[in-house]
Amino acid sequence: MKRLYLLAAAAALGLSTGGAGAATLDDVMAKGHLQCGVNTGLVGFAAPDENGVWEGFDVAYCRALAAAIFGDPMAVKFTPVTGKTRFTALASGEIDVLSRNTTWTFSRDVDLKQTFVGINYYDGQGFMAKKSLGVGSATELNGASVCIQTGTTTELNLADYFRSNGMEYDPIPIETNAEAKELFFADACDVYTTDRSGLAATRASHEDPDSLVVLPEIISKEPLGPLVSHGDDQWADIARWVLNALISAEELGVTADNAMEMAAGTNNPEINRMLGSEGNFGEMIGLSADWAVHAIMARGNYAEIFERNIGVNTPIGLERGANAIWSDGGLVYSPPFR
Amino acid sequence: MDGTTFVRKEILAAQSPPTSEIGIGGWARENLFGSVFNSVMTVLSATAVVLFLAESLPWILQSSWTANSLSECRERISDRYGEGVHGACWSVIRERYLQMLFGFYPSELYWRPILTFVLLLGALSPVLFPSIPRILLVFSAVYPFVGYWLLWGGSIWGPFSIVAGFAIGIFAGQHVKYRIAMIAVLILSVYLCFRISGYLQTAAPVGIEPIESAQMGGFLLSVTIGTTGIVLSLPIGILLALGRTSDLLIVKAICVGFIEFIRGVPLITLLFVASTLLNLFMPPGTNFDLILRVVIMVTLFASAYMAEVIRGGLAALPRGQYEAADALGLDYWKSIRLVILPQALKISIPGIVSTFIGLFKDTTLVSIIGLLDPLGLSTSIRADSDWNGIVWELYGFVALMFFIFCFAMSRYSMYLERKLEISNH
Amino acid sequence: MAYVTEQSSRPFRLRMLIYDTRYRSLTIQICALAGLMLVIAWLISNTAQNLALLGKPVNFGFLSQPASYDINQSFIEYSSRSSHLRASVIGLMNTLLVAFLGCLLATAIGLVIGVLRLSRNWIVARLMTIYIEGFRNVPVLLWIVFYMAIIIEVLPSPREFRGDSPEASMLLWDSVAITNRGVYVPEPLFSNGLGDVSVFGIFAISLDLIAFLVVLGAGIYASQRVARWAGKVQESTGVRPATWHYSTALIVVPPVALLLALGFHPGFPELKGFNFQGGINMRNSLIALWLALACYTGAFIAEIVRAGIQSVSKGQSEAASSLGLRPTLSMRLVILPQALRVIIPPLISQYLNLTKNSSLAIAIGYMDVTGTLGGITLNQTGRELECILLLIVCFLCISLTVSAVLNWYNNLVKLKER
Repeated sequence: MKRLYLLAAAAALGLSTGGAGAATLDDVMAKGHLQCGVNTGLVGFAAPDENGVWEGFDVAYCRALAAAIFGDPMAVKFTPVTGKTRFTALASGEIDVLSRNTTWTFSRDVDLKQTFVGINYYDGQGFMAKKSLGVGSATELNGASVCIQTGTTTELNLADYFRSNGMEYDPIPIETNAEAKELFFADACDVYTTDRSGLAATRASHEDPDSLVVLPEIISKEPLGPLVSHGDDQWADIARWVLNALISAEELGVTADNAMEMAAGTNNPEINRMLGSEGNFGEMIGLSADWAVHAIMARGNYAEIFERNIGVNTPIGLERGANAIWSDGGLVYSPPFR
Repeated sequence: MDGTTFVRKEILAAQSPPTSEIGIGGWARENLFGSVFNSVMTVLSATAVVLFLAESLPWILQSSWTANSLSECRERISDRYGEGVHGACWSVIRERYLQMLFGFYPSELYWRPILTFVLLLGALSPVLFPSIPRILLVFSAVYPFVGYWLLWGGSIWGPFSIVAGFAIGIFAGQHVKYRIAMIAVLILSVYLCFRISGYLQTAAPVGIEPIESAQMGGFLLSVTIGTTGIVLSLPIGILLALGRTSDLLIVKAICVGFIEFIRGVPLITLLFVASTLLNLFMPPGTNFDLILRVVIMVTLFASAYMAEVIRGGLAALPRGQYEAADALGLDYWKSIRLVILPQALKISIPGIVSTFIGLFKDTTLVSIIGLLDPLGLSTSIRADSDWNGIVWELYGFVALMFFIFCFAMSRYSMYLERKLEISNH
Repeated sequence: MAYVTEQSSRPFRLRMLIYDTRYRSLTIQICALAGLMLVIAWLISNTAQNLALLGKPVNFGFLSQPASYDINQSFIEYSSRSSHLRASVIGLMNTLLVAFLGCLLATAIGLVIGVLRLSRNWIVARLMTIYIEGFRNVPVLLWIVFYMAIIIEVLPSPREFRGDSPEASMLLWDSVAITNRGVYVPEPLFSNGLGDVSVFGIFAISLDLIAFLVVLGAGIYASQRVARWAGKVQESTGVRPATWHYSTALIVVPPVALLLALGFHPGFPELKGFNFQGGINMRNSLIALWLALACYTGAFIAEIVRAGIQSVSKGQSEAASSLGLRPTLSMRLVILPQALRVIIPPLISQYLNLTKNSSLAIAIGYMDVTGTLGGITLNQTGRELECILLLIVCFLCISLTVSAVLNWYNNLVKLKER
């Protein structure tokens, strides 16, 4: 009898063996959905709503990618990954694309063999303190207790910053944003450091946001963007140009509402090439001709996604700032569709 | 000297004991104030208990069950009980207890895990209580498939075909002479049935809504991982224990090595292996669910401990039992199956139950690798802006649930131990 | 199995490998070994293929790279420029520290609770039962986060010590500060100390500490010599000379003299800037982990102690008193050795459990070996295989060492049956 259990377990659990490595697009097509790795829960960027549907800035990109491939923004499943498991999940093929506010760095790109497909948010590391602490600048933090999330680039930046400024500090490592909030609000640490977008989200969720102050210093560059595994250029191209299509759409004035209309043809040849009424870009990249139309219609263009999830009218309340389109003086820039 | 000797003719009626020895006073004297040291201890303990209750009872009772957020709850408590009163916000439990129990399992399908759990008790009863008819063991054998199907849903044909494959295999195997051929027939039939299940599904699609592992959480996840781990580890543990006690040197060395290796490392490192490395060990491109990977590692972990428990049972068996089995001319497997194991397992049941309690408690570790067990869920509830800052109520609830379950199990195991002691005399 | 078949003179045939008991065990073992080898080879080849696909060959070179992160509790020199290897060693030392402290406290708790549970005092015995059942039936991880939450939420923050009318104040004449970031106690300082000596250039040991230990050890040795001398005098003359003042002086005076010579003075913690400075800081994560592990394991040890005491039959103590042994002697010579034989093996396995459970430090940010090597180093370098392998090796070494000690002890106290 016991022997039966064993065999049954092996058989019943049924291991699915997919094709190795190369053609991610074919695998995704065969599966019928995209598997996207997102944050385990960061308000505004990726969080399940009360019905368990994932929404947020990072999630919207995944939906656009799914729409570009399948024409259906809901043909995507989300795997919440932690700072520790995100790269392994991508490398092992557990997820097809990782869209989890991940900083593009040399070692992650080169040593960990990942391909960053672009930058969808220009962030920087900052500090948040209680106003009652009476600190106005990060240079006054000598000897402070600092809460940091482990497994991120922030703890490396922090070490470098204090070292180069000749200051001492007491690092308090924590695993998640929620724990950091708990420690910070209970005064177990003086300042909390993470990306400024995360600080804004944390500050927004506090019952009295005015009692908290984000210090002016930005101690690092944190270009965040989606990434895919090394070695499948076609898949990387798809992921890269979906992001570029969202950005170009903002620049060219294509929105979720007018995309369908514009896809019929406009006077602007670049819009026509992008939306597929001219040329055969869809065929070149291995998708249908109207891939970009679906991608833009999923959750809107870059500006719409930004404003809906993290913009000034949301609880997060982030200004566009460096994330404005280049023609408005920001850094967000897409190569041309030509 | 004559006639003056006093001899009592009648027996005196027993006198009642002195008042200091009976009643509450006597009891207190005996049990609370026997000596100076005893009295001091009594007073100290009583003070501690009173202080503890004075601190905690108002907090527990002056509470709110109806608020929808932490700030609302605090307002209500200070409205009702006066300013500065710290009361518990049990409303978070009222709002989220279903999530703590079932995770993100669709609420209209809650009957499935509940039915699975009830059936689990049914499947366990013939194993745990010998008075229940033996025929029910068939149900115990089929149960893993039923449970799997109920929890994860999907087509019925997959699990059904495997059960059918086993049935056919066992039936056909009885007509085959050699054991190896028997096993081959079994595997072949299971494999064939599994292959045709796909066609059956297209021909007659029967199934229930499939549930993804990511939707499972809370105590459902703990119970699933714990139970699966212990059930799967039992056969492996038996084999390892037999290997460790066998005369075959190499087999023994392999078993000892495996057991000591697993027992030497903390479960959390094995869970790290499950979450980051297990996919590396499989053929390239293999990919399976995190919960399944966790169950695999938990099973390996539990089987090492199970092996030690069963080895204890094997060692506790009198030597005469082994010799008697040999004297009957039984070969090794027959003597193990018919004589040794039934007795050894019976002795080991208390140990198995405590291994299960330990494993069940250890399932909380999966929260560290990002699964939403009760502890992981309580972190995510605290991340919700409504309940930011709530601590004791959630921990208290989780602790209470674990306590009830584990305490009941340990009482059951003590009852078994007593019963075994009686039956051994 | 060991029945004898008739001696066959038949020539060897292949099927005899299975059906002849003389060969069968060999066949089975070789099959098992071959099977195991196959499985291992399969796993290794899979791993190699996967790693080749990922382009990440096994390479321990990252251990010598700078770690780039800071660790808040280290016994040896460490900065963010030190190597990952050094960070891992610090993590291992922190693991051993909390395991050592935990074992000490757990033993103390277990002994007291275990003895009190057998107390005839009704209320004490009930309370101890509640303690044991309460701790044993709730997961240890829950206890750890619970203790951490208590420390963070209930204890005052350093800020509350500030101001003219502070909400919190230091204890014991301003020498101990209990805050939600940790407990600060006075530290020994030496105004004209001997400095540190570097061991192989890897870490430094305080010469003051060494000098103190040497002098103390010498004092204890000398007092034992005095006791032996007293014993000799007693044997030859029948009168034992009073020696307690000699031994006390030998143990106490030289260390005190040394401390005075070195200019010993306690360094009190003081609120400076954001935190208390000076003194020894026991971090909140260390305390939470320590207390939680000790209380949890203590409950198990209490049961072991109770079982040990109950295992010695009453006849043994009666026999000891009938031999004329005083209660203390009968405890030392008769009861304890027998109870310890029952207590020690499960006790050591509890120590081992405690050490393994200390890896849960990762849940509250205590920088043990799981936090450095298996946590931050793993995250920053992305070398999962290498890091987890090293982590497993670390714990296996600890476990095997403890097992070796256990076996040695078991042989020592084994019933010498004649």
